[in-house]
Amino acid sequence: MMLFNEMVDNDQLVIADKTFTSRLFTGTGKFNDQQTMVDALRASQSELVTMALKRVDMQHKDDDILAPLIKNGLNLLPNTSGARNAKEAVFAAQLAREALQTNWVKLEIHPDPKYLLPDPIETLKAAETLANDGFVVLPYVHADPVLCKHLESAGCAAVMPLGAPIGSNKGLKTLEFLEIIIEQANLPVIVDAGIGSPSHAALAMEMGADAVLVNTAMAVAGNPVAMSEAFAKAVQAGRQAYLSGLAGQVNHAVASSPLTAFLEAG
Amino acid sequence: MSFSKQIKNYHWDDIRLSIYSKDAGDVKRALSKSRLDLEDFKALISPAAEPFLEQMALKSQQLTLQRFGKTQQFYIPLYLSNMCSNICTYCGFSMHNAIRRTTLDMQQIEDECLAIKKMGFEHILLVTGESERKVGVEYFKQALPVIKKHFSHITIEVQPLERHEYEVLIDYGVDSVLVYQETYNPVTYAQHHLKGKKSDFIYRLDTHDRLGQAGIHKMGLGCLIGLEEWRTDCFYVAAHLSYLEKKYWQSRYTISFPRLRPCEGGMEIKSEMNDKQLVQLICAYRLFNPEVELSLSTRESEHFRNHVLPLGITTLSAGSSTQPGGYAQQAEKALEQFEISDDRSPAQMAELVKAQGYEVVWKDWDHSLTAK
Repeated sequence: MMLFNEMVDNDQLVIADKTFTSRLFTGTGKFNDQQTMVDALRASQSELVTMALKRVDMQHKDDDILAPLIKNGLNLLPNTSGARNAKEAVFAAQLAREALQTNWVKLEIHPDPKYLLPDPIETLKAAETLANDGFVVLPYVHADPVLCKHLESAGCAAVMPLGAPIGSNKGLKTLEFLEIIIEQANLPVIVDAGIGSPSHAALAMEMGADAVLVNTAMAVAGNPVAMSEAFAKAVQAGRQAYLSGLAGQVNHAVASSPLTAFLEAG
Repeated sequence: MSFSKQIKNYHWDDIRLSIYSKDAGDVKRALSKSRLDLEDFKALISPAAEPFLEQMALKSQQLTLQRFGKTQQFYIPLYLSNMCSNICTYCGFSMHNAIRRTTLDMQQIEDECLAIKKMGFEHILLVTGESERKVGVEYFKQALPVIKKHFSHITIEVQPLERHEYEVLIDYGVDSVLVYQETYNPVTYAQHHLKGKKSDFIYRLDTHDRLGQAGIHKMGLGCLIGLEEWRTDCFYVAAHLSYLEKKYWQSRYTISFPRLRPCEGGMEIKSEMNDKQLVQLICAYRLFNPEVELSLSTRESEHFRNHVLPLGITTLSAGSSTQPGGYAQQAEKALEQFEISDDRSPAQMAELVKAQGYEVVWKDWDHSLTAK
């Protein structure tokens, strides 16, 4: 039997062609300066970082956001934030593939500028198109188990259901549905959006999520670098707890045997 | 990906050892969780769970009530044919048994349907031996329109078919299909399925994948308890169910747990399961999967059925005859697939179910839901 430590050490996440040791994915938004972003991302030990295509100057590799990421060897996950429908998202993804030489895309379509809630219908349409076109598609969606199954059939590489509205830091408000998605999925499940504190991240990992994506909670923390490190620890702890087999809640003992006594008689 | 590939992740001896090394702590943990995994299932079917039977029964009963309410669905098997081109050591229909062979013609089917309707049934299970020539898709294309007129829900238990054949049968009114693997141990499987198409272990194992691809509404699975070490075999049933639910998430599932009974073949039973262990298995299936239907046939005794009914069962047969023509013709008693243990009439069975505070559900489907 494999030793537990060995199991934890060998515990890697595979999505499409990439293998990850860290199950904490991050983003580049909302940091107050470039140096803080770089330090925070480093402290998070994250290996995959998403950035809005609309924010990147793709003509210049010395772009403020792009240059330090590339220099630090991070895998880039361009996202289509800003796209309001499938057509715009597909166009953005194609542009990103060309400019950044990656076929990975975080598919984000939110026609609603206030809560930035993902549009399930347009997302499914775009996912089908992009997957057929050879993209590694990671769609950002509501915690909708049926939609996640349809995205799986559409050829996505993972699903990214939300815990709460993006940037809200409210935690796993969709917990019941995340549990169903995780139970049913044949793909990695990455809980995205709403994770506001390390305990939220740990909870998602304890439930069996394959990874979490955290951005705002790190970027706007009092000390983003220290907070990023805290998230890294929380994700590791949550994952280890999941692998260890959580103890459940204890039920009351039963004194008599009214249901099975018939087996003893005769 | 199909289950025959997935099954390679599970090595029979490892699984068996792992089940037998579960302890009371594992059982308690499984009992305290709300979402159980396959490790928990192993604990619940292990010998270590035997002292926890009452707690398992209590939880199983609660989960079943929560999901299904105080109801029991009734169905009846209609044996259309005992023609069979397989030799299986345990089955009364086996090709080498010298029994009178019959396949009902359309008039006989109509007569059987009318006799069954008088008993109140709306859900019917059509059973045949496995003979592609005599009872293949062409036969069903004739028979199904005759039967569909009378019943709201049609299940078939026939030889495994191709995906496109299932698609045809679904068009003709089949709502659900039962295919039992008998045993998930390929070596033992080969020892009991000596001749005929059924000897192809892999083809049978991937039948549910073909059914899922054909878009069947409900499928049934299970093993024939007694052919192999039952705990290990039933683990495979649970693993198969998990795999199918994830992949064919639009289908519903039902499990049966037939125990080997004496039949024409008169073979020895390798792994006997006592009543207590069957209760343990029923509760373990329920705790593992609160949504799956659990079906109990008339193979089991009256006493056992009376008591086990509220512990997780959702579906019951009653008044069954396992010989073709058994309802209308009162045919000679030489054609049975296996012996019935509970020979109460459907009306008597319904009275008992009602007396236990349950509603008998005769009809829970309508052809309009699947009309093209």
